[in-house]
Amino acid sequence: MINPYLPYPVRIDDIIVESEDRSLKTFKFVFLDPKDEEKFSYRAGQFAEISIAGVGEIPIGIASSPVEKGFIAFTINRAGKVTSHLHNMKVGDILGVRGPLGKSYPWDTMKGKNLLFIGGGFAFTTLRSSVVYLLHPDNREKYGTIDVVYGSRSPGMLLYLDELKEWEARDDINMHITVDRTDDPNWKYNIGFVPPIAEEKAPKSEGNTYAIVCGPPIMIKFTLPVLEKLGYDHDHIILSLENRMKCGIGVCGRCGIGEQLVCKDGPVFTLAEVNNTPKEF
Amino acid sequence: MRILQIQKTDWSAGLEKSRQDYRLIGPVKEGNNVSKFRELAAGEEPDFSISTTTMSPKSVVFPQSEVMFTFTTDSASPDCNIMKVPESSYSPRAIIGIRPFDAAAMNIVKMNFDTPDYRDPYWCDAYEACTFIGLAVTDPESCDFSTSTGTGPFDISGLDVLLIDAGEYFLVEVVTEKGSTWVRSAGFNKEADAESIEVLHSMRKEAKKKIVSTVAFENINKKETLDLYNESYWDSISFPCLNCGTCTYVCPTCWCFDIQDESDRKKGRRMKNWDSCMFPNFTIHTTGHNPRNTKLMRVRQRFMHKLKYHQSKYDKGILCVGCGRCVTSCPVNIDIREVCKQMNNS
Repeated sequence: MINPYLPYPVRIDDIIVESEDRSLKTFKFVFLDPKDEEKFSYRAGQFAEISIAGVGEIPIGIASSPVEKGFIAFTINRAGKVTSHLHNMKVGDILGVRGPLGKSYPWDTMKGKNLLFIGGGFAFTTLRSSVVYLLHPDNREKYGTIDVVYGSRSPGMLLYLDELKEWEARDDINMHITVDRTDDPNWKYNIGFVPPIAEEKAPKSEGNTYAIVCGPPIMIKFTLPVLEKLGYDHDHIILSLENRMKCGIGVCGRCGIGEQLVCKDGPVFTLAEVNNTPKEF
Repeated sequence: MRILQIQKTDWSAGLEKSRQDYRLIGPVKEGNNVSKFRELAAGEEPDFSISTTTMSPKSVVFPQSEVMFTFTTDSASPDCNIMKVPESSYSPRAIIGIRPFDAAAMNIVKMNFDTPDYRDPYWCDAYEACTFIGLAVTDPESCDFSTSTGTGPFDISGLDVLLIDAGEYFLVEVVTEKGSTWVRSAGFNKEADAESIEVLHSMRKEAKKKIVSTVAFENINKKETLDLYNESYWDSISFPCLNCGTCTYVCPTCWCFDIQDESDRKKGRRMKNWDSCMFPNFTIHTTGHNPRNTKLMRVRQRFMHKLKYHQSKYDKGILCVGCGRCVTSCPVNIDIREVCKQMNNS
């Protein structure tokens, strides 16, 4: 009988410092038992509970992509007890991962549609997972145009900079990278907050475009009116919510927003769904 | 349904006999006028003089603290940092004297712990090991409103056996196969005569009549969540609340829990502990942001979950069996029946 609380043991295979202030690191994990990797079959937008014995568990969006095999990756901000502990762990250390959990972005519903990703700060992890999935030759033609508006405080705070530059050079994805400010004279991308850059660069919706928005609350607050102006219906705006979680499987009761549980019924919701529920997130 | 009759003089012997096959759990009085369900020591009998135990019997399948896993953080061990499921015994246990509404609560809580997607093995294994030997409520407490929540003083929906205290003897309704196994194990086999069965029917009618406290919640189901959520009455309802959490701890249908690691040097365990939506820590984010940062929000969450969210999610009534414990235990007299009335009628 499966115990849904029992984490799969994983080994830290690589640690990449992602930001200039070293608050963000990407951890690549390899399953100790390769069979567990098959069981951990996920879609972009899902999350997992990372489990450190004696410290606790944290819910984190999966940053690796289903098309990447042999490892899973999470980009983690050092913020609380578990993340701080994790930031001090090293390659080779053993910990646990429980998942995949929650609902992914609605890949089946979005088939054949244009996609707009809007991300801010370090909330770009599951968006990275999505873009890598979409750009895979097996998947690219199943979807329409892809636009990505992604911004952070400064160039050094952008996640996955090398990949962003690679995507920038491609002709099957429209990248709109921005930073709040920079004094780098060689910065050749946008300067400005995400909402105005989105207003300027993002495609209008003719009802055939889905917008997936992940970022800090303040960015989301100012981005939603922009999307409305661009013609996006509330059921075509997709958000990924966060709440304090423990079980991750819809049982322990704490992440509820109305009758929905963010861990199990979400974390992915349309704005239309969120509008009908208490804003307790 | 098979109906037996047990002379009270034969009760203790039968109970003892069933210990060969079952661990016995029943209501007992502890210090400070607190009563609860716990395992009965050899020779100890369930205390049937307790009408509604202070603590609900949910702890029988959902202990206040439970070890989920054990682990070592000793790097010399090959199992370093790997969670291990502890050895647990789920041998058969008979819950003697559980009240019908408390057994009905088990069925409701089961919807949370045993779903098509996930099965909580701790709750489910314990639940499946139980045979519920209920005791009919013949003298309901004043706060008992179980008849209007879909259960009642003689409700058998959550039971394997129902005992009815008829003075000199118990009448015994054998509800399920599991119940029949327990009855056999205890050696009870005297069929009730027609006259006694008549007594049962009239006692049932009598007990139902004695419950005069009711709630109505049908209108709540028809109202929009956000309309109820934004009502002005939450201010006055929550005003006296101390956020002590007592209501959630005594409640047979409150199931929220926390997961915490405890360690002593290199050995540790992952615990499942009762938690409460009354506590600010229940929802606070690492950033310090708390989506339910006021008392009003927490009180509203409890009542909205019990009376609205659960109803709309499952369409199987409210998350409450009408045991009345939260009404009796609340230090500031917040009364779920009054809240329900406000939500339903205004």
